[in-house]
This record gives sequence, structure tokens and C-alpha cells, in this order.
Amino acid sequence: MTEPDSPDAPDRNRQLVASLLDGEHRALARVISRIEDRAPGHRDLVSRLHPHTGDAAVIGVTGSPGAGKSTLVDKLAAAYRDRGNTVGVVAVDPASPYSGGSVLGDRIRMAATVGDMDVFVRSMSARGRLGGLSTATTDTVHALDAFGKDVVLVETVGAGQNEVDIVRTADTVAVVVQPGSGDDVQMLKAGILEIGDVFVVNKADMDGVDRLLAELEEMLHRSGSGGAPVDAGGHHGPAVGAGGHHGPTAGASAPETGPDDGDADGRESGSDPETGADVPSWDPRVVTTVATEGDGIDDLVDAFDAHASYLRASGAGRERARSRHAAEIRRLVREDANVLLDAEIRRQGGLDALAERVLAGDTDPYTVASRIVEPIADCVDDGRPPREAADDPDTTAERGPDGDA
Amino acid sequence: MSADAGRERTRPVRCLIAKVGLDGHDRGAHVIARAFRDAGFEVVYSGLHRAPEEIVQAAIQEDVDVLGISILSGAHDTLVPKVVEGLEEYGAFSETLLIVGGIIPEEDRDDLREMGVAAIFGPGTPMQETIDFVRENAPVRPDDPA
Repeated sequence: MTEPDSPDAPDRNRQLVASLLDGEHRALARVISRIEDRAPGHRDLVSRLHPHTGDAAVIGVTGSPGAGKSTLVDKLAAAYRDRGNTVGVVAVDPASPYSGGSVLGDRIRMAATVGDMDVFVRSMSARGRLGGLSTATTDTVHALDAFGKDVVLVETVGAGQNEVDIVRTADTVAVVVQPGSGDDVQMLKAGILEIGDVFVVNKADMDGVDRLLAELEEMLHRSGSGGAPVDAGGHHGPAVGAGGHHGPTAGASAPETGPDDGDADGRESGSDPETGADVPSWDPRVVTTVATEGDGIDDLVDAFDAHASYLRASGAGRERARSRHAAEIRRLVREDANVLLDAEIRRQGGLDALAERVLAGDTDPYTVASRIVEPIADCVDDGRPPREAADDPDTTAERGPDGDA
Repeated sequence: MSADAGRERTRPVRCLIAKVGLDGHDRGAHVIARAFRDAGFEVVYSGLHRAPEEIVQAAIQEDVDVLGISILSGAHDTLVPKVVEGLEEYGAFSETLLIVGGIIPEEDRDDLREMGVAAIFGPGTPMQETIDFVRENAPVRPDDPA
């Protein structure tokens, strides 16, 4: 790639996207870099990719450190390859909070598929950014999707909100736990349980599997939804209609669901009543695996397939996509708003100077904050019409002050 | 207001530290990986026993600026050319800073440099020297913000 050193981003983007769609691995890699780096023109790039997305099955894999996620992802990639699917992997690792640098080690476990270019593995560092990581990850998934990957596996350490936000953007979320780790149970209690569509008890050859399975079962079914019992092999038929646990209709779904279902509604805020009452809901599956040996991988793929057909059949997939887009829009808008605010802070002397004034007793943080937001709020309150059309019915646009906030 | 605001962050140097071939000694690679991390680089570590094609695959997919190959086995004269060839195949060679660490006999060094290895760091090289070299020589891309 010998691109001219011109600031002509759209031209370069067109070329890059064309090469990506042509199946050039290096173009895909470069697109991901630019997305990750927030390079100039990266938004235009993602916009251009958008029409080509939507076909990949996106599977998020999360769990505590050492649960075996990378090995599992490696074996999953191999299993999908065996049946002829192409695979993309995004492996997210934390960054050092001190230097901002990172050692991304997920490739170490990628052994089953090395040398196979139809498995595209990309390691991604959190780079110390907050929030921006999920945007970068989502956009990277878009790139792999547009490239034509059938399955995209997104691997994160299920440690914090950031990571949870990332896997939430997947179509199917797998939570990996291992026996003998009380931490895993704590992690589940702390909010990971709600996001899982499939639970993977990995290292199932270790002591304590039965106990973990029992604990999982209890946690998943304690709401009295009468869901199918946990099956060690992961074969409990199509899990549709069994419980009231997940899916967008939680709380208003299967008749046998008890009235105490309140705490079971898990995913997103996207419970949408319009999807109708008799939509089947998804009862989270539990699959046991020994990833290092490849045991249980087929069951896991089956479970993912079952969830994918559930998403299609119930309309929950559409619903999920909708709330995903909503979250994306909200995130982008916030990013932009933050930039506006940062500019305004700079205009008013910078954060340090403002803090210094509070320190000196000249003012207080609330006053400072209001003064920074005011110019932006004014524009909104004045109903300055957006560039295209006034899409906010509440504000009657009577005038439009020019000039950037 | 630019559509691509929020990019004042400069791009970190992205490196692949690779162990190629049969040699199983990765202490040096680990030390380098950590030192690079502490220098603020993003380091992808390949793991042991990688074939040259696998290294190339990783370098392309990860879109690294720097490829550091650690070799202690003496097989550098067969393994390095394969890596170079692979990178060239993808058109990535000119945009990748290729460095080699480990035990490379003096008489082989010129050959490696001729092949396109930018620098060779033998035992005892001060870490800072390697880091500085990477900082100064990591390739700039046309799409990097000035």
C-alpha cells in the first residue's frame, strides 16, 4: 500500500474499503488500526463499512482471568473452520495503567488455527481509555463482519463495566467459569450472570465441577421460572419456552413464569412489549468443556447455534440489534459532546486554571460547570435546527444562531 | 467541528515479539515484551515455536509497526529470510521495522542486515538502547496524524 501522503481521507478510505471488501487481509488489518487509533477519517471509514455488515454471528466470550477463554476461543475458531465458516477473533486485554503499554498474550493460546488466514485474530489493548474501548471493539467487529467473516468471537476479561459493555454488543454472550474458583461465583453474583446466554463450565475435569454446576443452576433458576435443569452435556433440547429468564420479553413472557420474575430480567434495557406475548424466551444453557482437550466444544457450538436460531425465530435478534444501534448512537453523541465540552473548557482557560480558581475560593465547581455547559445548552434550548431537519418535535425552531457551540 | 474529533492521542508503537522455530528459550522475549510495555508500546507476544508463516500471519493481522524476532537456536539464516519473504508477499515489509534479538554470530550479521533486518541486539544490549532504537525508527504511516 503506497498511499499518497495527502490529507484526502475520503479517497484513501474508499480505496481501503474496496481492498477490504476484496478480501485483502492487510487492508482489513489497516482498517482496524485506523479504527483503533481513531485516525483522521475513521468515522467515514466505519460509515462506508456499515452497508456491508450485519451478516456475521457475533459471539462474546467473557470470564475471569485464567478461566480458559483464549484456549476456548482457539478451539471454537477451529470448530467453526472445520464446518467451513470463516472466523474473526477480537481479543481484548487490559493495558498497564502506568505506561499505557500492554502485553497482548492471547495469541499464545491460538494454536489450533495458526497459519490459517481465514481465522483473523486481532489483539486489542484497552489503552487506558474509558468507554472508548467498546466503540473501538464494536467498530472492529463491523470491519470483520464487512470483510465477510461468518463468525466473530470477541474475548474480554469479565472484570469491569467496560468489558461487560463490550460483550453486550454481541449477539450471543458466553460466560466462562471454572471449578474451584470462588471468584467466579462472586463474579456471577456481581452482574455477569445476567448477561450470559450460554454458561461454559471449563476445566470440567477438575474437582468441584458438580458443585459449580449446582451453584450455577441455583443462580440461573432461583427465580422459580421452572426452566430446564442444567445438563452437564449441554443437551437439553431447544430451550425455548422454558423459562422467563432472558430475552427482551423477560417479565412478560411464558405463562409458567412466576410473578417474582422481576430480578431475572437481564439483558439490556431493551425489553420491548411490542414483540408480543407468546415469543419464546431463552433459557440460558450450561455447557461443560475441557478446552485444552477440545471436549465439549461441539456442544458449545450447538448451544451457540441454538441461540442464534432463537434470536432469529423470536425476533429477539432484531431487538438486540436495535438496542445495540441505540447504544452506539448514544455513545457517539456523548463522545462528540465531550469534545465540545473539552473545547469549551479550554476556551475558558483549561481545567487546571479553573480548578485553581476554585482552590483560591473565587468560585465553586458547580458554577464553573454551569458556565461551561451554558453555551451548548443555549443552542439546544434555542432550538437551533440541526443541519438536516428538525427532528425534535418539542423544540420549535424559531431561530438558528450560527457558530459552533 | 471536525467529524473525527477526539484524536489528540498519538498512536502507540505496536510490536510483535516473536519466537520462531524450535528454540524454547523465551526468557529474553518476555523481558523485552515487558520492557516495551513499560515504555508504552503495545506488545503482541506470539508464544513459542512459531513457524515463519505464523509470524507473518500475526504481523499482518495485528498490523504491527515493529517485528522483533528472538532467536537463540542459530537458525536465523533460514528463518529470517522466510519471514522477510512473507512480509513482502503481503506488501508489508517496507512498513515494518524488523529487528532481531538473541545470539547471532558476528559473521552472520551483515547478511541479516542485507536482508532488511534494521538492527540486531545481542546479549547484554542495554534495554534502553533497544527501546530508543524502536522509538526513533518505528515507521511513520501516511495516515498518521502529523
